[in-house]
Amino acid sequence: METRYQRIQKISSEIGGEIMAFISSGYNPDKPMENRITDIGPRHYEEFFPPVIKKNFGKWLYHEILEAGVLVHVAESGDEVYTVRVGAARLLTVSHIREICEIADKHCDGYLRFTTRNNVEFMVDSKDKVEPLKQDLLSRKQAGGGYKFPVGGTGAGVTNIVHTQGWVHCHTPATDASGPVKATMDVLFDEFTNMRLPAKVRVSLACCLNMCGAVHCSDIAILGYHRKPPLVDHEYLDKMCEVPLAIAACPTAAIKPSKVELPDGKTVKSVSVKEERCMFCGNCYTMCPSMPLADTEGDCIVLMVGGKISNRISMPKFSKIVVPYLPNNPPRWPEVTSTIKRIIDVYAADARKYERLGEWAERISWESFFEKCELEFTHHIIDDFRDPAYFTWRQSTQFKFT
Amino acid sequence: MELKHKTPMLDQLETGPWPSFVSDLKREAESRKTNPNGIDFQCPAEMPEDLLGVVELSYEHGRTHWKHGGIVGVFGYGGGVIGRYCDQPEMFPAVAHFHTLRINQPSSKFYTTEYLEQLMDLCERRGSGITNMHGSTGDIVFLGSHTPQLEEIFWELTHNINQDLGGSGGNLRTPSCCLSGARCEFACIDTQHICHTFTNEYQDELHRPAFPYKFKFKFDGCPNCCVASLARSDLAFIGTWRDDIRIDQEAVKAYVGGELKPNAGAHKDRDWGAFDIQKEVIDLCPTECMGWDGSKLSIDTKNCTRCMHCINTMPRALRVGQDTGVSLLCGAKAPILDGAQMGSLLVPFIKCEDPYDELKEIIEGLWDWWMEEGKNRERIGELMKRQGFQRALEAIGLKAVPQHVKEPRSNPYVFWKEEEVPGGWKRDINEFRKYHQR
Repeated sequence: METRYQRIQKISSEIGGEIMAFISSGYNPDKPMENRITDIGPRHYEEFFPPVIKKNFGKWLYHEILEAGVLVHVAESGDEVYTVRVGAARLLTVSHIREICEIADKHCDGYLRFTTRNNVEFMVDSKDKVEPLKQDLLSRKQAGGGYKFPVGGTGAGVTNIVHTQGWVHCHTPATDASGPVKATMDVLFDEFTNMRLPAKVRVSLACCLNMCGAVHCSDIAILGYHRKPPLVDHEYLDKMCEVPLAIAACPTAAIKPSKVELPDGKTVKSVSVKEERCMFCGNCYTMCPSMPLADTEGDCIVLMVGGKISNRISMPKFSKIVVPYLPNNPPRWPEVTSTIKRIIDVYAADARKYERLGEWAERISWESFFEKCELEFTHHIIDDFRDPAYFTWRQSTQFKFT
Repeated sequence: MELKHKTPMLDQLETGPWPSFVSDLKREAESRKTNPNGIDFQCPAEMPEDLLGVVELSYEHGRTHWKHGGIVGVFGYGGGVIGRYCDQPEMFPAVAHFHTLRINQPSSKFYTTEYLEQLMDLCERRGSGITNMHGSTGDIVFLGSHTPQLEEIFWELTHNINQDLGGSGGNLRTPSCCLSGARCEFACIDTQHICHTFTNEYQDELHRPAFPYKFKFKFDGCPNCCVASLARSDLAFIGTWRDDIRIDQEAVKAYVGGELKPNAGAHKDRDWGAFDIQKEVIDLCPTECMGWDGSKLSIDTKNCTRCMHCINTMPRALRVGQDTGVSLLCGAKAPILDGAQMGSLLVPFIKCEDPYDELKEIIEGLWDWWMEEGKNRERIGELMKRQGFQRALEAIGLKAVPQHVKEPRSNPYVFWKEEEVPGGWKRDINEFRKYHQR
């Protein structure tokens, strides 16, 4: 009987990788339940609090942003904690994280935190420790000259982009994630390191409609979108998929069962797609791998603007489509980044203090938004998907001439 | 250093000021190639190089090169590991298998370097050396490992690092929260405590899929919603209060006098002129519940909807109230299938104190209803749309109140229930015809 080691060597050679001798962790595959530990959940968060945080938990009085990327929080006890916030790519290697640890060991007694928007925060307990930390962070550059740890992402500016996996790891994307994010943040870099916009601008990217990044309430959402109906791999479909699940997956009932004759004369069970009913959501592909949508010319980027999640002043808002198509143009997606830059520049010049992008667009009217941002309005932008569509049409004689 | 694949398109993403993932991946590729610390890599050292290669190919083709799915996991768990295979395994053998592990992050993502180093040792030796910090739902993600390493990684995680996996598939997804009391004066609730408590309370639901589809909890300490709970979670817990905003009148005067920077300095890099409390606070209050007579700020609590604007603008003068609790909003989701949804206010206010028994009853009531009525891959927000908001209220035994709606319905199609109408619906047509000829 082949040993476990031989099994693993075999798998590894089948997939062509070269690995060193297998080293067991202690897990015994023949007795998987032996000494197994499960359902222990995450480590307790308090283990990871810096002393000043632990001591003053729940007793913070106020904070101030001293400069872009640098905050001070003051506790009832009089204690202060200074935070330096830096951007990160989210896709981080062990080497990069070890460097983050080295910095935290050097300046922050071995503590740090990540934010929900992929930033890293280094905290120190006195003001004199801020400048050396900041200078250290800014002195570290990558091979191509970029900052490893750009300081910023606070207040009325653009903070880091939350995003999905894209071509780095996902099977359904209509665009990449890391590339468009890098290209966009390069273009918006000065807004990351400054606080000169009317309010915060939250940019998010989802590489398909599944939106693991849930970008639908962002000031600016970059969304990957397919524009061609699924290919149907008739020869394999019935072997790869549950036909009823593929049919049920379609929200517009565009998929029907069908019998197809293959070139060799064999008849197989498959599906047919009523293409004019397809809205390119890709849900069929999620349920059936034999219905891929990805296409070089078909796939594109949609820009949505004006969403927000905060309850501040106005209620939370969905983002709205203002550009239904921009080409996937790797490696730097110039059409996407220049359009975003233009929207932000017009907003920065025109909006009132505290006004979020969506609040500004609503105040000046969407027709003025398109005019000021020099965006073409096309039929794609009028909602025609089910009941909610009606409520976005204009039941009034009130409008502005543009 | 010469790497395995030429990447002329990706190389163009190495310039510019923002951190480049390409440079970082190349750095890891070199580190694994030279292996200065003599790591006994259990997955191929070339993983970052082959990843760069496959992404470059996607940049050429404008299409992904990752295959659909693949069932892999660790024994006894139905989530936490996502299978991923490359569709060009001959060209990129090191990433032919490239499975993801989701590791349940500690609440609010504070770390010690000791803990991170332990994780990195594991990721380096038994994975690709590549992570996401963090995944969209909040997990620490090990990006790319081989099937034989999954159990080994899980064993080391649980035995040596005292750390469990997160959720994936049709189960409770890894809950996440803001940093609340750890470093924020706006926190109305201890989000970290409730997030940690519920994560542990519902380990079974997190690891073993029993739901129609995914279910997410997110905990925001105040209505600023920094973790986007109302857009990104099936059940959003948002801290709020029902008593007075605490006012320090002297500090208000200091803002008016210019001694204190408004909005905690968030607008520092542009000259917006002198702070004008009337224009910037009183007039922007969405309910017009504030007044300023030149020396005293007043807030009519009854009319305050706790939008946070005045508190955000003058954080040293105004503080959230002390009678705190949560608002629960249910049903947020991304567009698949019937369009994007935000959470709808289901429980306007409930106290939020350990051991959270009332909150657990609400959660379990919603789950019971959803598991009974929900279709395969139907999120709870879609079930609410399909069956009506009233069914969600029934599931948790809550009475309808005007706070549940933005406005009353404008159509008259009320689904009256039989028991609500005197005499019920069973009637005798012959009795009716005695008085009404055919």
